[in-house]
Amino acid sequence: MAEKRTIQLTINGRQHSGQVEPRRTLADFLRQDLDLTGTHLGCEHGVCGACTILLDGAAVRSCLVLAVQANGRRVETVEGLADPKGKLHPIQTAFHKHHALQCGFCTPGFLMSIVELLNTRPDIEDEDEIRTALAGNLCRCTGYSGIVAAVREVAAQLRRERTS
Amino acid sequence: MKPPPFEYHAPTTVAETVSLLSHYGEDAKVLAGGQSLMPLLNFRLARPAAIVDINGVEELDYLHQEDGWLVVGALVRQRAAELSALVTETCPLLAEALPFIGHFQIRNRGTVVGSLAHADPAAELGAVALALGAELRIQSTRGTRTVPAERFFVSYLTTALAPDELLVEARFPAARPRTGYAFAEFARRHGDFALVGVAAVVEQDQAHRCADARLAFTGVGPVPILFTDEQGLLRGEPLTPQAMNVFAERAAASFEAEPDVHASAEYRRELAGVLAEQALKSAAARSKKGN
Repeated sequence: MAEKRTIQLTINGRQHSGQVEPRRTLADFLRQDLDLTGTHLGCEHGVCGACTILLDGAAVRSCLVLAVQANGRRVETVEGLADPKGKLHPIQTAFHKHHALQCGFCTPGFLMSIVELLNTRPDIEDEDEIRTALAGNLCRCTGYSGIVAAVREVAAQLRRERTS
Repeated sequence: MKPPPFEYHAPTTVAETVSLLSHYGEDAKVLAGGQSLMPLLNFRLARPAAIVDINGVEELDYLHQEDGWLVVGALVRQRAAELSALVTETCPLLAEALPFIGHFQIRNRGTVVGSLAHADPAAELGAVALALGAELRIQSTRGTRTVPAERFFVSYLTTALAPDELLVEARFPAARPRTGYAFAEFARRHGDFALVGVAAVVEQDQAHRCADARLAFTGVGPVPILFTDEQGLLRGEPLTPQAMNVFAERAAASFEAEPDVHASAEYRRELAGVLAEQALKSAAARSKKGN
Protein backbone atom coordinates (compact mmCIF):
# COMPACT_ATOMS: atom_id res chain seq x y z
CA MET A 1 0.00 0.00 0.00
CA ALA A 2 1.34 3.40 -0.95
CA GLU A 3 2.33 5.68 1.88
CA LYS A 4 -0.40 7.96 3.20
CA ARG A 5 -0.12 11.70 2.67
CA THR A 6 -1.33 14.46 4.92
CA ILE A 7 -3.65 16.92 3.23
CA GLN A 8 -5.19 20.16 4.43
CA LEU A 9 -8.03 21.87 2.67
CA THR A 10 -10.92 24.24 3.26
CA ILE A 11 -14.34 22.66 2.91
CA ASN A 12 -17.40 24.89 3.11
CA GLY A 13 -15.31 27.52 4.86
CA ARG A 14 -13.86 25.19 7.50
CA GLN A 15 -10.32 23.82 7.68
CA HIS A 16 -10.07 20.05 7.43
CA SER A 17 -7.10 17.74 7.33
CA GLY A 18 -6.68 14.05 6.76
CA GLN A 19 -4.34 11.21 5.98
CA VAL A 20 -5.02 9.68 2.59
CA GLU A 21 -3.59 7.14 0.24
CA PRO A 22 -2.77 8.89 -3.07
CA ARG A 23 -5.37 6.77 -4.87
CA ARG A 24 -8.19 8.07 -2.63
CA THR A 25 -10.58 10.13 -4.75
CA LEU A 26 -11.80 13.44 -3.40
CA ALA A 27 -15.35 12.02 -3.46
CA ASP A 28 -14.37 9.10 -1.21
CA PHE A 29 -12.37 11.39 1.06
CA LEU A 30 -15.42 13.62 1.55
CA ARG A 31 -17.85 10.76 2.04
CA GLN A 32 -15.85 8.14 3.88
CA ASP A 33 -13.20 10.06 5.80
CA LEU A 34 -15.17 13.21 6.63
CA ASP A 35 -18.70 11.77 6.62
CA LEU A 36 -19.83 14.49 4.21
CA THR A 37 -22.19 12.12 2.46
CA GLY A 38 -24.18 14.85 0.71
CA THR A 39 -21.87 14.40 -2.27
CA HIS A 40 -23.25 11.34 -4.06
CA LEU A 41 -21.36 8.83 -6.16
CA GLY A 42 -23.08 7.35 -9.16
CA CYS A 43 -21.01 6.18 -12.09
CA GLU A 44 -17.51 6.92 -10.76
CA HIS A 45 -16.24 7.80 -14.21
CA GLY A 46 -17.36 11.36 -14.74
CA VAL A 47 -20.56 10.79 -16.71
CA CYS A 48 -23.48 11.11 -14.28
CA GLY A 49 -22.45 14.30 -12.45
CA ALA A 50 -23.85 13.23 -9.06
CA CYS A 51 -20.48 13.86 -7.35
CA THR A 52 -20.06 17.40 -8.71
CA ILE A 53 -18.50 19.79 -6.17
CA LEU A 54 -16.82 23.18 -6.46
CA LEU A 55 -13.01 23.17 -6.42
CA ASP A 56 -11.74 26.74 -6.05
CA GLY A 57 -15.16 27.85 -7.29
CA ALA A 58 -15.24 25.64 -10.41
CA ALA A 59 -17.69 22.74 -10.73
CA VAL A 60 -15.77 19.48 -11.16
CA ARG A 61 -16.36 15.75 -10.77
CA SER A 62 -15.03 14.77 -7.35
CA CYS A 63 -14.72 11.15 -8.57
CA LEU A 64 -12.12 12.33 -11.11
CA VAL A 65 -9.99 14.35 -8.69
CA LEU A 66 -7.62 12.75 -6.21
CA ALA A 67 -7.91 13.93 -2.62
CA VAL A 68 -4.17 14.74 -2.65
CA GLN A 69 -4.83 17.12 -5.55
CA ALA A 70 -7.21 19.12 -3.36
CA ASN A 71 -4.45 19.81 -0.83
CA GLY A 72 -4.43 23.52 -0.02
CA ARG A 73 -7.51 24.16 -2.13
CA ARG A 74 -11.05 25.35 -1.41
CA VAL A 75 -13.89 22.86 -1.75
CA GLU A 76 -17.60 23.54 -1.57
CA THR A 77 -20.18 20.78 -1.27
CA VAL A 78 -23.95 20.66 -0.99
CA GLU A 79 -23.60 20.74 2.81
CA GLY A 80 -22.33 24.33 2.51
CA LEU A 81 -25.19 25.72 0.42
CA ALA A 82 -27.72 26.49 3.18
CA ASP A 83 -26.62 29.12 5.67
CA PRO A 84 -25.57 27.86 9.14
CA LYS A 85 -29.02 28.64 10.56
CA GLY A 86 -30.55 26.28 8.02
CA LYS A 87 -31.97 28.85 5.59
CA LEU A 88 -31.85 27.21 2.19
CA HIS A 89 -29.88 28.59 -0.75
CA PRO A 90 -32.24 30.19 -3.33
CA ILE A 91 -31.65 27.32 -5.77
CA GLN A 92 -32.57 24.79 -3.08
CA THR A 93 -35.76 26.72 -2.34
CA ALA A 94 -36.57 26.80 -6.04
CA PHE A 95 -35.95 23.03 -6.35
CA HIS A 96 -38.42 22.50 -3.51
CA LYS A 97 -41.02 24.78 -5.05
CA HIS A 98 -40.78 23.31 -8.57
CA HIS A 99 -40.56 19.64 -7.51
CA ALA A 100 -37.16 19.48 -9.12
CA LEU A 101 -36.25 16.37 -7.18
CA GLN A 102 -37.82 13.04 -6.44
CA CYS A 103 -35.37 10.44 -5.15
CA GLY A 104 -32.73 13.14 -4.66
CA PHE A 105 -29.74 11.10 -5.75
CA CYS A 106 -28.72 13.47 -8.54
CA THR A 107 -29.72 16.64 -6.65
CA PRO A 108 -26.43 17.58 -4.93
CA GLY A 109 -24.57 17.38 -8.25
CA PHE A 110 -27.21 19.45 -10.02
CA LEU A 111 -27.17 22.08 -7.27
CA MET A 112 -23.40 22.49 -7.36
CA SER A 113 -23.32 22.70 -11.17
CA ILE A 114 -26.11 25.29 -11.09
CA VAL A 115 -24.28 27.37 -8.46
CA GLU A 116 -21.36 27.77 -10.86
CA LEU A 117 -23.69 28.27 -13.81
CA LEU A 118 -25.52 31.14 -12.08
CA ASN A 119 -22.26 32.66 -10.85
CA THR A 120 -20.89 32.81 -14.38
CA ARG A 121 -24.13 33.22 -16.37
CA PRO A 122 -26.76 35.00 -14.23
CA ASP A 123 -28.22 36.25 -17.52
CA ILE A 124 -29.17 32.74 -18.66
CA GLU A 125 -32.81 32.68 -19.72
CA ASP A 126 -33.21 30.54 -22.82
CA GLU A 127 -34.52 27.05 -22.08
CA ASP A 128 -32.30 25.36 -24.68
CA GLU A 129 -29.27 27.08 -23.25
CA ILE A 130 -30.21 25.99 -19.72
CA ARG A 131 -30.74 22.40 -20.88
CA THR A 132 -27.35 22.38 -22.61
CA ALA A 133 -25.71 23.75 -19.47
CA LEU A 134 -27.42 21.05 -17.37
CA ALA A 135 -26.47 18.24 -19.78
CA GLY A 136 -23.54 17.24 -17.59
CA ASN A 137 -25.87 16.02 -14.84
CA LEU A 138 -28.19 13.06 -15.24
CA CYS A 139 -31.55 12.68 -13.50
CA ARG A 140 -33.39 9.38 -13.89
CA CYS A 141 -36.66 10.07 -12.11
CA THR A 142 -38.23 13.53 -12.17
CA GLY A 143 -37.31 14.45 -15.68
CA TYR A 144 -35.76 17.83 -16.19
CA SER A 145 -38.72 20.22 -16.47
CA GLY A 146 -38.81 21.10 -12.77
CA ILE A 147 -35.04 21.55 -12.68
CA VAL A 148 -35.11 23.90 -15.69
CA ALA A 149 -37.98 25.87 -14.10
CA ALA A 150 -35.99 26.23 -10.86
CA VAL A 151 -32.93 27.54 -12.73
CA ARG A 152 -35.03 30.01 -14.71
CA GLU A 153 -36.67 31.32 -11.55
CA VAL A 154 -33.42 31.89 -9.68
CA ALA A 155 -31.75 33.43 -12.74
CA ALA A 156 -34.70 35.83 -13.05
CA GLN A 157 -34.43 36.69 -9.32
CA LEU A 158 -30.72 37.41 -9.74
CA ARG A 159 -31.41 39.65 -12.74
CA ARG A 160 -34.04 41.58 -10.76
CA GLU A 161 -31.68 41.98 -7.80
CA ARG A 162 -28.94 43.26 -10.07
CA THR A 163 -31.13 45.86 -11.74
CA SER A 164 -32.90 47.08 -8.59
CA MET B 1 -14.71 1.15 -8.72
CA LYS B 2 -11.65 2.74 -7.18
CA PRO B 3 -8.18 3.37 -8.59
CA PRO B 4 -5.56 0.64 -7.98
CA PRO B 5 -2.59 1.60 -5.79
CA PHE B 6 0.18 3.62 -7.41
CA GLU B 7 3.20 5.63 -6.41
CA TYR B 8 2.29 9.28 -6.56
CA HIS B 9 4.64 12.06 -7.62
CA ALA B 10 3.77 15.73 -7.81
CA PRO B 11 6.76 17.46 -9.42
CA THR B 12 6.84 21.25 -9.57
CA THR B 13 9.14 21.73 -12.57
CA VAL B 14 9.35 20.31 -16.10
CA ALA B 15 12.90 19.13 -15.40
CA GLU B 16 11.70 17.14 -12.41
CA THR B 17 8.77 15.76 -14.41
CA VAL B 18 10.83 14.46 -17.32
CA SER B 19 13.39 12.98 -14.96
CA LEU B 20 10.58 11.01 -13.25
CA LEU B 21 9.26 9.90 -16.65
CA SER B 22 12.75 8.84 -17.67
CA HIS B 23 13.08 6.83 -14.45
CA TYR B 24 9.74 5.01 -14.77
CA GLY B 25 9.45 4.69 -18.55
CA GLU B 26 6.34 2.71 -19.48
CA ASP B 27 5.36 2.24 -15.83
CA ALA B 28 4.31 5.87 -15.34
CA LYS B 29 1.33 7.87 -16.58
CA VAL B 30 1.17 11.66 -16.64
CA LEU B 31 -1.87 13.06 -14.83
CA ALA B 32 -3.01 16.50 -16.02
CA GLY B 33 -6.78 17.23 -15.99
CA GLY B 34 -7.53 13.57 -15.34
CA GLN B 35 -10.80 13.54 -17.26
CA SER B 36 -9.67 10.54 -19.30
CA LEU B 37 -7.01 8.97 -17.09
CA MET B 38 -9.07 9.00 -13.87
CA PRO B 39 -11.96 6.98 -15.42
CA LEU B 40 -9.37 4.49 -16.74
CA LEU B 41 -7.91 4.21 -13.23
CA ASN B 42 -11.36 3.92 -11.61
CA PHE B 43 -12.22 1.10 -14.01
CA ARG B 44 -8.74 -0.36 -13.49
CA LEU B 45 -8.28 -0.43 -17.24
CA ALA B 46 -4.99 1.36 -16.52
CA ARG B 47 -2.74 0.18 -13.69
CA PRO B 48 0.38 2.33 -13.87
CA ALA B 49 3.02 1.77 -11.19
CA ALA B 50 3.40 5.53 -10.86
CA ILE B 51 1.35 8.64 -11.48
CA VAL B 52 3.24 11.81 -12.30
CA ASP B 53 0.82 14.62 -11.50
CA ILE B 54 1.79 17.79 -13.40
CA ASN B 55 -0.89 20.01 -11.86
CA GLY B 56 1.75 21.68 -9.69
CA VAL B 57 4.10 22.46 -12.60
CA GLU B 58 3.20 26.14 -12.81
CA GLU B 59 5.64 26.84 -15.65
CA LEU B 60 3.29 24.85 -17.94
CA ASP B 61 0.31 27.14 -17.30
CA TYR B 62 0.65 29.65 -20.14
CA LEU B 63 -1.42 30.73 -23.09
CA HIS B 64 0.00 33.34 -25.44
CA GLN B 65 0.57 34.46 -28.99
CA GLU B 66 4.04 34.18 -30.46
CA ASP B 67 5.21 34.77 -34.06
CA GLY B 68 1.94 33.81 -35.67
CA TRP B 69 1.18 30.92 -33.32
CA LEU B 70 -1.22 30.48 -30.43
CA VAL B 71 0.86 28.64 -27.85
CA VAL B 72 -0.95 26.53 -25.26
CA GLY B 73 0.98 25.10 -22.31
CA ALA B 74 0.19 21.68 -20.88
CA LEU B 75 -1.70 23.02 -17.86
CA VAL B 76 -4.20 25.24 -19.68
CA ARG B 77 -7.70 23.99 -18.91
CA GLN B 78 -10.11 23.60 -21.81
CA ARG B 79 -12.53 25.95 -20.07
CA ALA B 80 -9.86 28.63 -19.65
CA ALA B 81 -9.05 28.41 -23.36
CA GLU B 82 -12.75 28.46 -24.27
CA LEU B 83 -13.31 31.67 -22.28
CA SER B 84 -10.10 33.34 -23.46
CA ALA B 85 -10.51 36.34 -25.74
CA LEU B 86 -7.04 35.61 -27.12
CA VAL B 87 -8.14 32.15 -28.29
CA THR B 88 -11.35 33.50 -29.87
CA GLU B 89 -9.31 36.10 -31.75
CA THR B 90 -6.25 34.14 -32.78
CA CYS B 91 -7.64 30.64 -33.13
CA PRO B 92 -11.39 30.74 -33.85
CA LEU B 93 -11.43 27.06 -34.90
CA LEU B 94 -10.14 25.98 -31.48
CA ALA B 95 -12.65 28.32 -29.78
CA GLU B 96 -15.52 26.82 -31.80
CA ALA B 97 -14.50 23.20 -31.13
CA LEU B 98 -13.85 23.47 -27.38
CA PRO B 99 -17.51 23.68 -26.22
CA PHE B 100 -18.14 20.30 -27.90
CA ILE B 101 -15.83 18.60 -25.40
CA GLY B 102 -17.83 16.86 -22.65
CA HIS B 103 -19.56 19.33 -20.34
CA PHE B 104 -18.37 22.51 -18.64
CA GLN B 105 -17.58 20.52 -15.49
CA ILE B 106 -15.24 18.32 -17.57
CA ARG B 107 -13.66 21.31 -19.33
CA ASN B 108 -13.09 23.04 -15.97
CA ARG B 109 -10.53 20.35 -15.27
CA GLY B 110 -9.53 18.80 -18.62
CA THR B 111 -6.60 20.35 -20.48
CA VAL B 112 -6.17 21.16 -24.18
CA VAL B 113 -2.81 19.42 -24.35
CA GLY B 114 -3.98 16.44 -22.31
CA SER B 115 -6.76 15.75 -24.81
CA LEU B 116 -4.20 15.71 -27.63
CA ALA B 117 -1.84 13.43 -25.69
CA HIS B 118 -4.66 11.03 -24.78
CA ALA B 119 -5.65 10.84 -28.49
CA ASP B 120 -9.16 9.48 -28.14
CA PRO B 121 -10.34 8.63 -31.68
CA ALA B 122 -13.45 10.79 -31.23
CA ALA B 123 -11.68 13.77 -29.65
CA GLU B 124 -12.38 17.15 -31.23
CA LEU B 125 -8.93 18.65 -30.73
CA GLY B 126 -7.10 16.12 -32.91
CA ALA B 127 -9.16 17.27 -35.90
CA VAL B 128 -8.53 20.91 -34.99
CA ALA B 129 -4.77 20.30 -34.74
CA LEU B 130 -4.69 18.49 -38.11
CA ALA B 131 -6.85 21.01 -39.97
CA LEU B 132 -4.71 23.91 -38.78
CA GLY B 133 -1.34 22.19 -39.10
CA ALA B 134 -0.56 22.50 -35.39
CA GLU B 135 2.76 21.52 -33.87
CA LEU B 136 3.38 19.61 -30.67
CA ARG B 137 6.38 20.41 -28.49
CA ILE B 138 7.74 17.41 -26.68
CA GLN B 139 10.36 17.27 -23.95
CA SER B 140 12.34 14.53 -22.24
CA THR B 141 15.69 14.19 -20.50
CA ARG B 142 17.02 13.45 -24.00
CA GLY B 143 16.03 16.91 -25.26
CA THR B 144 13.20 18.76 -26.95
CA ARG B 145 11.55 18.04 -30.28
CA THR B 146 8.63 19.37 -32.26
CA VAL B 147 6.26 17.04 -34.09
CA PRO B 148 3.70 18.25 -36.64
CA ALA B 149 0.12 17.13 -35.91
CA GLU B 150 0.15 15.07 -39.12
CA ARG B 151 2.80 12.80 -37.63
CA PHE B 152 1.60 12.89 -34.01
CA PHE B 153 -1.43 10.58 -34.11
CA VAL B 154 -0.31 6.99 -34.62
CA SER B 155 -3.24 4.78 -33.67
CA TYR B 156 -6.10 4.38 -31.21
CA LEU B 157 -4.96 6.23 -28.02
CA THR B 158 -1.40 6.10 -29.35
CA THR B 159 0.75 9.05 -30.34
CA ALA B 160 4.34 9.76 -31.34
CA LEU B 161 5.13 10.35 -27.63
CA ALA B 162 7.69 7.92 -26.18
CA PRO B 163 7.03 6.72 -22.60
CA ASP B 164 9.69 9.06 -21.20
CA GLU B 165 8.39 12.12 -23.06
CA LEU B 166 6.10 14.91 -21.90
CA LEU B 167 3.90 16.90 -24.29
CA VAL B 168 4.70 20.38 -23.00
CA GLU B 169 2.79 22.58 -25.41
CA ALA B 170 0.58 22.69 -28.49
CA ARG B 171 1.17 25.41 -31.08
CA PHE B 172 -1.77 26.35 -33.29
CA PRO B 173 -1.18 28.62 -36.33
CA ALA B 174 -2.92 31.95 -35.74
CA ALA B 175 -5.87 32.94 -37.93
CA ARG B 176 -4.85 34.28 -41.32
CA PRO B 177 -6.55 36.99 -43.39
CA ARG B 178 -9.23 35.93 -45.93
CA THR B 179 -9.41 32.56 -44.20
CA GLY B 180 -12.51 31.06 -42.62
CA TYR B 181 -12.69 28.31 -40.01
CA ALA B 182 -15.56 26.11 -38.90
CA PHE B 183 -16.20 23.08 -36.73
CA ALA B 184 -19.27 20.83 -37.00
CA GLU B 185 -20.10 17.74 -35.02
CA PHE B 186 -22.91 15.28 -34.48
CA ALA B 187 -23.42 13.32 -31.26
CA ARG B 188 -26.49 11.58 -29.85
CA ARG B 189 -26.59 13.96 -26.89
CA HIS B 190 -24.68 17.15 -26.16
CA GLY B 191 -21.38 16.27 -24.56
CA ASP B 192 -21.30 12.68 -25.80
CA PHE B 193 -18.38 11.53 -27.86
CA ALA B 194 -18.81 12.64 -31.46
CA LEU B 195 -20.13 10.12 -33.96
CA VAL B 196 -18.35 12.35 -36.45
CA GLY B 197 -16.72 15.76 -36.09
CA VAL B 198 -15.26 17.88 -38.89
CA ALA B 199 -12.93 20.87 -38.87
CA ALA B 200 -12.75 22.99 -42.01
CA VAL B 201 -10.33 25.69 -43.14
CA VAL B 202 -11.00 27.69 -46.32
CA GLU B 203 -8.72 30.41 -47.67
CA GLN B 204 -9.67 32.77 -50.49
CA ASP B 205 -7.42 34.71 -52.84
CA GLN B 206 -7.85 38.39 -53.73
CA ALA B 207 -10.15 37.42 -56.62
CA HIS B 208 -12.49 35.51 -54.26
CA ARG B 209 -11.43 32.13 -55.55
CA CYS B 210 -10.39 29.32 -53.29
CA ALA B 211 -6.70 29.51 -52.40
CA ASP B 212 -6.70 26.47 -50.12
CA ALA B 213 -9.15 24.14 -48.39
CA ARG B 214 -8.53 21.56 -45.68
CA LEU B 215 -10.84 19.21 -43.82
CA ALA B 216 -10.06 17.07 -40.80
CA PHE B 217 -12.39 14.39 -39.46
CA THR B 218 -12.66 12.86 -36.00
CA GLY B 219 -14.65 9.85 -34.84
CA VAL B 220 -14.33 7.94 -38.11
CA GLY B 221 -11.32 5.72 -37.36
CA PRO B 222 -8.46 5.14 -34.92
CA VAL B 223 -6.90 8.55 -35.64
CA PRO B 224 -8.17 11.87 -36.95
CA ILE B 225 -8.00 12.08 -40.75
CA LEU B 226 -6.82 15.03 -42.84
CA PHE B 227 -8.08 15.72 -46.36
CA THR B 228 -6.22 18.35 -48.37
CA ASP B 229 -6.85 19.59 -51.88
CA GLU B 230 -4.09 17.60 -53.55
CA GLN B 231 -6.15 17.10 -56.68
CA GLY B 232 -6.90 20.82 -56.98
CA LEU B 233 -10.67 20.25 -56.74
CA LEU B 234 -11.27 23.65 -55.19
CA ARG B 235 -8.01 25.55 -55.53
CA GLY B 236 -8.34 28.37 -58.03
CA GLU B 237 -12.09 27.78 -58.34
CA PRO B 238 -14.94 29.98 -57.15
CA LEU B 239 -16.41 28.67 -53.88
CA THR B 240 -19.77 27.57 -55.26
CA PRO B 241 -22.10 25.27 -53.31
CA GLN B 242 -21.64 22.59 -56.01
CA ALA B 243 -17.85 22.72 -55.84
CA MET B 244 -17.93 22.48 -52.05
CA ASN B 245 -20.38 19.58 -52.21
CA VAL B 246 -18.03 17.65 -54.49
CA PHE B 247 -15.04 18.42 -52.26
CA ALA B 248 -16.92 17.27 -49.13
CA GLU B 249 -18.07 14.05 -50.83
CA ARG B 250 -14.56 13.26 -52.03
CA ALA B 251 -13.19 13.91 -48.57
CA ALA B 252 -15.73 11.57 -46.95
CA ALA B 253 -14.95 8.89 -49.56
CA SER B 254 -11.21 9.16 -48.93
CA PHE B 255 -11.19 6.95 -45.81
CA GLU B 256 -12.68 3.72 -44.52
CA ALA B 257 -14.98 4.72 -41.67
CA GLU B 258 -15.08 2.26 -38.78
CA PRO B 259 -18.33 0.86 -37.39
CA ASP B 260 -19.08 0.51 -33.67
CA VAL B 261 -22.15 0.08 -31.46
CA HIS B 262 -23.12 3.71 -32.01
CA ALA B 263 -23.09 3.85 -35.82
CA SER B 264 -22.33 1.72 -38.87
CA ALA B 265 -19.49 2.55 -41.24
CA GLU B 266 -21.99 3.58 -43.95
CA TYR B 267 -23.80 5.91 -41.56
CA ARG B 268 -20.52 7.50 -40.46
CA ARG B 269 -19.40 8.00 -44.06
CA GLU B 270 -22.72 9.64 -44.96
CA LEU B 271 -22.63 11.84 -41.86
CA ALA B 272 -19.01 12.80 -42.57
CA GLY B 273 -20.02 14.05 -46.03
CA VAL B 274 -22.97 16.05 -44.72
CA LEU B 275 -21.02 17.64 -41.86
CA ALA B 276 -18.01 18.33 -44.10
CA GLU B 277 -20.24 20.24 -46.51
CA GLN B 278 -21.79 22.25 -43.65
CA ALA B 279 -18.39 23.07 -42.19
CA LEU B 280 -16.90 23.99 -45.58
CA LYS B 281 -19.78 26.32 -46.36
CA SER B 282 -19.54 28.07 -42.97
CA ALA B 283 -15.77 28.39 -43.32
CA ALA B 284 -16.14 29.77 -46.87
CA ALA B 285 -18.76 32.29 -45.74
CA ARG B 286 -16.49 33.40 -42.90
CA SER B 287 -13.48 33.71 -45.22
CA LYS B 288 -15.47 36.21 -47.29
CA LYS B 289 -15.94 38.37 -44.24
CA GLY B 290 -12.19 38.40 -43.87
CA ASN B 291 -12.06 36.83 -40.42
